[in-house]
Amino acid sequence: MSMSAAHQITAGFMPLFDSGVLVAAAEMGFAAHEGIDLKLQRETSWANIRDRIAIGHFDVAHMLGPMPLACSLGLTPLASETIVPFSLGLGGNCVTVSNTVWQGMAAQGAASDLDPARAGAALGALIRERAAAGRREPLRFAVVHPHSGHNYELRYWLAACGIDPDRDIEIVIVPPPFMADALSAGRIDGYCVGEPWNSAAVAAGTGHIVTVKALLWRNSPEKVIGARRAWAEQNPEALAALLRALHHSARWCQDPANRGELAALMARSAFLGQPEAIQMPALTGRLQLGGGAERSVEDFFLPFDKAANFPWKSHALWFYTQMVRWGQLPHTPQNLAIARDCYRPDLYRSALKPLGVALPGANAKVEGALKVATPVGSAGASLVLGPDGFFDGQTFDPDRIDAYIAGQKRV
Amino acid sequence: MLAGSLTILVIDENRIRASIIEAGLRDAGHRHVTVVHDVAGIAKRIAELEPDVIVIDLENPNRDMLENMFQLSRAVKRPIAMFVDRSDRASIEAAVDAGVSAYVVDGLKKERIKPILDMAISRFNAFSRMARELEEARSELENRKVVDRAKGILMKSRGLSEEAAYALLRKTAMNQNRKIAEIAQSLVTAAGLLGPLEGE
Repeated sequence: MSMSAAHQITAGFMPLFDSGVLVAAAEMGFAAHEGIDLKLQRETSWANIRDRIAIGHFDVAHMLGPMPLACSLGLTPLASETIVPFSLGLGGNCVTVSNTVWQGMAAQGAASDLDPARAGAALGALIRERAAAGRREPLRFAVVHPHSGHNYELRYWLAACGIDPDRDIEIVIVPPPFMADALSAGRIDGYCVGEPWNSAAVAAGTGHIVTVKALLWRNSPEKVIGARRAWAEQNPEALAALLRALHHSARWCQDPANRGELAALMARSAFLGQPEAIQMPALTGRLQLGGGAERSVEDFFLPFDKAANFPWKSHALWFYTQMVRWGQLPHTPQNLAIARDCYRPDLYRSALKPLGVALPGANAKVEGALKVATPVGSAGASLVLGPDGFFDGQTFDPDRIDAYIAGQKRV
Repeated sequence: MLAGSLTILVIDENRIRASIIEAGLRDAGHRHVTVVHDVAGIAKRIAELEPDVIVIDLENPNRDMLENMFQLSRAVKRPIAMFVDRSDRASIEAAVDAGVSAYVVDGLKKERIKPILDMAISRFNAFSRMARELEEARSELENRKVVDRAKGILMKSRGLSEEAAYALLRKTAMNQNRKIAEIAQSLVTAAGLLGPLEGE
């Protein structure tokens, strides 16, 4: 079979539920149908993914949305030009805290409703109460990587609730599969991570989900396909074929009729190696929060709907503003230009054009502008976007980046 | 400067491989070598040791945590960069191929680091080769065992001599373009399904 494939593509991935679109593309025949022999290789760290993309072991990889920006901006130890022609989905993360922190938050007015403003206010009150009681050790939260949607959305939430993420708490890095263990062992007090690693802590009885990405910033970007720029430029046909395969795979992953099969596929030891049952919350949006509380979250994780696969430049630019906000790099015209060129909606559009599917007409949008689901004018069939609001009511206009950065500057 | 003046930290959960690296570094004259198997509390260790070079295996899922720590001045006084030299692609490729990564404090001369990385790469490769050979030897032993059992089944059920039983297995394997061990395994499995043979 591999002899007859027109394209050989090697892709790296991390064992996370949102690698599903890539995994299904290889395992459910979507890649083969496009003439691709797609080889998947599981990795143990984002650093390995970055290194193997840089030296050419991988042509493309499952990456954190801000990671290709960090690579292209030279923020990583081994930098390489990486582009984003496809997004692997919207949403999918939660903020989980230990039972002790949850009890403290509940005493300060938090309820099991996932409301970010209410949970943030309670956490802020708890932090002040601890400080007043003379407890020097700040609460310690974990994220998966400094250049991750998790880090930026956790910080955004805290800051909007009056908590300084650098002074009032401590943020450390922990690999996703170790989060639940670190929480139960008391090494961390809370974390922001993708599924199934929140539901895993709830199932173990050691954690409580306090809010979710889909409520902090509805329909917000998470993982992407990162491609080595040199490879993409030298292999435009292979890349286009891959994007079409991923498109069909994403559509299949979104279809509720395929949930059981997708969960069974991801449960295999070669992929997540986690029971099927624990993956269902990500697919249905019906979350067990801990202590018997259950909540349904609309658009919790979207692998396909709402133009989930379109690599919006406004998503990349928002990540850029947060890198600046938290001191990871200076805001300069050169850096901004690199960030602007990293996500490639043009490649997505040209690859999918032959399929006659709905495509957004613009490359960027004002994030937070759509308060309700809105049909938008697009090439071909109909397309629905949004709602895409931030929980604090702010909007991000990619044409007014200077003002946005200035408005978030700490005093 | 003497090789021995550098402080080197080796982080590897695989104790055997770590000791092979450590021995190599000591053989090369490095006297300040520390080996750590568990990353719990690593920030404190790094702050105490102030290593010039950190060698870590790529299988370690904590690389993201370590890299982040290297960039935070609170845990590490001097900035730590990756590998010998960013422009030295051949070294980087060889290291990743071997499954090892090295971080060095900024400003350290390439000539001083290159031999350490080269040594780590060759020791990692030697370890992988050793592990592979061990695995091959183990599976060879397993194969021989299963072929012996298959021969026994044939000798018993068809009244063949040992030589004839082996010849039959070999002929079947050749006809089906498969390995003798595979045919033997099929036969043993089938015999197990069909009933208590071999006096069980």
